[in-house]
Amino acid sequence: MNEVIKELLYKIADDQLILGHRNSEWTGFGPLLEEDIAFSSMAQDKVGQSLALYQILNELGEQPPDTVAFMRHAERFHNCILTELPNGEYDFSLVRHFLFDTAEFIRFDMLRDSSFQPLAELAHKIHGELRYHILHANTWIKQLGSATKESISRLQVSLDDALPYAMGIFEESPYEQELIAEGIFGGEQMLKERWMTTIEATIHHTNLHLPAWNSIVPVLGGRMGKHSVHLQPLLDEMSEVFRIDPTAEW
Amino acid sequence: MYGGGNTFEGIKTDSLAQEDPIKLSEFEARIARGEKIEPKDWMPQLYRKQLIRMIEQHAHSEIIGALPEGTWITRAPGFKRKLALMAKVQDEVGHAQLLYSAAETLGKTREQMIQDLISGKSKYSNIFNYPAFTWADACFISWLVDAGAIVNQLANAKGSYGPYCRALDRICAEESFHLKYGHHCVIYLASGTQKQRSMFQEALNRWWPPMMHFFGPADKISAHTEVLMNWKVKMSSNDDMRNQFLDMYVPKIWELGFTIPDPNLKKNNATGKWEYSEPDWEEFRRVINGDGPCNKERLEVRRIAEERGQWVRNALRSRKNLYVAPLA
Repeated sequence: MNEVIKELLYKIADDQLILGHRNSEWTGFGPLLEEDIAFSSMAQDKVGQSLALYQILNELGEQPPDTVAFMRHAERFHNCILTELPNGEYDFSLVRHFLFDTAEFIRFDMLRDSSFQPLAELAHKIHGELRYHILHANTWIKQLGSATKESISRLQVSLDDALPYAMGIFEESPYEQELIAEGIFGGEQMLKERWMTTIEATIHHTNLHLPAWNSIVPVLGGRMGKHSVHLQPLLDEMSEVFRIDPTAEW
Repeated sequence: MYGGGNTFEGIKTDSLAQEDPIKLSEFEARIARGEKIEPKDWMPQLYRKQLIRMIEQHAHSEIIGALPEGTWITRAPGFKRKLALMAKVQDEVGHAQLLYSAAETLGKTREQMIQDLISGKSKYSNIFNYPAFTWADACFISWLVDAGAIVNQLANAKGSYGPYCRALDRICAEESFHLKYGHHCVIYLASGTQKQRSMFQEALNRWWPPMMHFFGPADKISAHTEVLMNWKVKMSSNDDMRNQFLDMYVPKIWELGFTIPDPNLKKNNATGKWEYSEPDWEEFRRVINGDGPCNKERLEVRRIAEERGQWVRNALRSRKNLYVAPLA
């Protein structure tokens, strides 16, 4: 059962670390100071959440958090590809944040009932933090998604670009049946259905439109370690100083 | 960070002759009694102008200062440093937000201030025109540039303009954590491997000259600013602040076993003042006037960020755009 839990923890932790890292790249470059600050807060939450998840993994016998985060090669990361894509313009970062965090918020809601106690306890805390991420995403999507011609069209283009990758969030684990049967996690299918309903409800308040769900071709592979060209350079940058001497204390 | 090194150019006091002499003397008496001046209070035009300039420069220093350190967020070694540096640089951007708001109480909008930054009309702390080559440079900034800024900001927090003083009180409280964080990073480099030690020594060698420039030109060559001192706009002389910084931090640097690249640096026990090689003020002037290693890059980054964010700000101003209650 350990392998099943580890696989789940790794993919969630990797998602949080990689998107947290991307969010932190907005520091100093936001469209408003207030957005610099908001993206930095979310980055800190996400990187902190990944740390807490890697700590659980460490208790299950995996390497310490710094080692797993800073020393693994891209093909050993299980984050979905959506999280590793470059920030692009603010519209893409915002749309990604909205699509991904909506899924995370529901995922951690489900995990609050996990039969794996350490994860259930952590999920309570993380779910509380993600509430603010959702508040932020929905406020901006609704504002910019119904403001000017330019803001609406930018968000629409980014939404169309990001949706195939967003479907990759729900790429199933090889242990999907065990996770559900053991009550560890309710499964990607259930998560995806709840997510689609929630996304529809927010988009309904804007001038944006969603394509038919079944017309979207999901971009998969991230959960199996098959990534885009963007992940390895991100990891190289992240570990640049750490690798000068991995045995040193910094 | 990142205030400090405000450049006070020579000021013309001619406009004072046009001020109402009774109001002016009441204003000066209030300041002399230690009262704070608030946004709606009467104030001479010169006071308003100098304060806008000083607070604006300070705000610009915060957002420009976020750039050299910000580039190390994505490279910080390990979770502990990554999380702390993100929070630290976020604080600095938050300081800019506070300071722009304080300056806005004097009648200049944030948009106008940022425009003047990008056009080169208004300045920011000169030290950020130098590059942060390695992790150790980022540690130098977090520890010692922030330390310098605290010396400056603690003095300014006793100034006469209420909104600026209140912003500085909050800023100084946060800065004290930055200082601890920076010092902690440097202790780890100092007590680490030979490679780590030499990384910091090299950073120190690079940053020492701009650090000596940080508090502004020597008093003997500085513009006369008596009226600004009387009005409690400028609170301490450049040399006094430099001396205070040296007094507090040179012993700490030496304690960690590093050397400071100035053979003449020593404390004169008779005067209680530090003696040092005369900083290269020609370089200071050259860099502050635009010809430093990173001036163009820093302003270009800011300009691009402003341009890329323009559509977002336009959308927020859209008349269609009414407040929407958040869903969650």
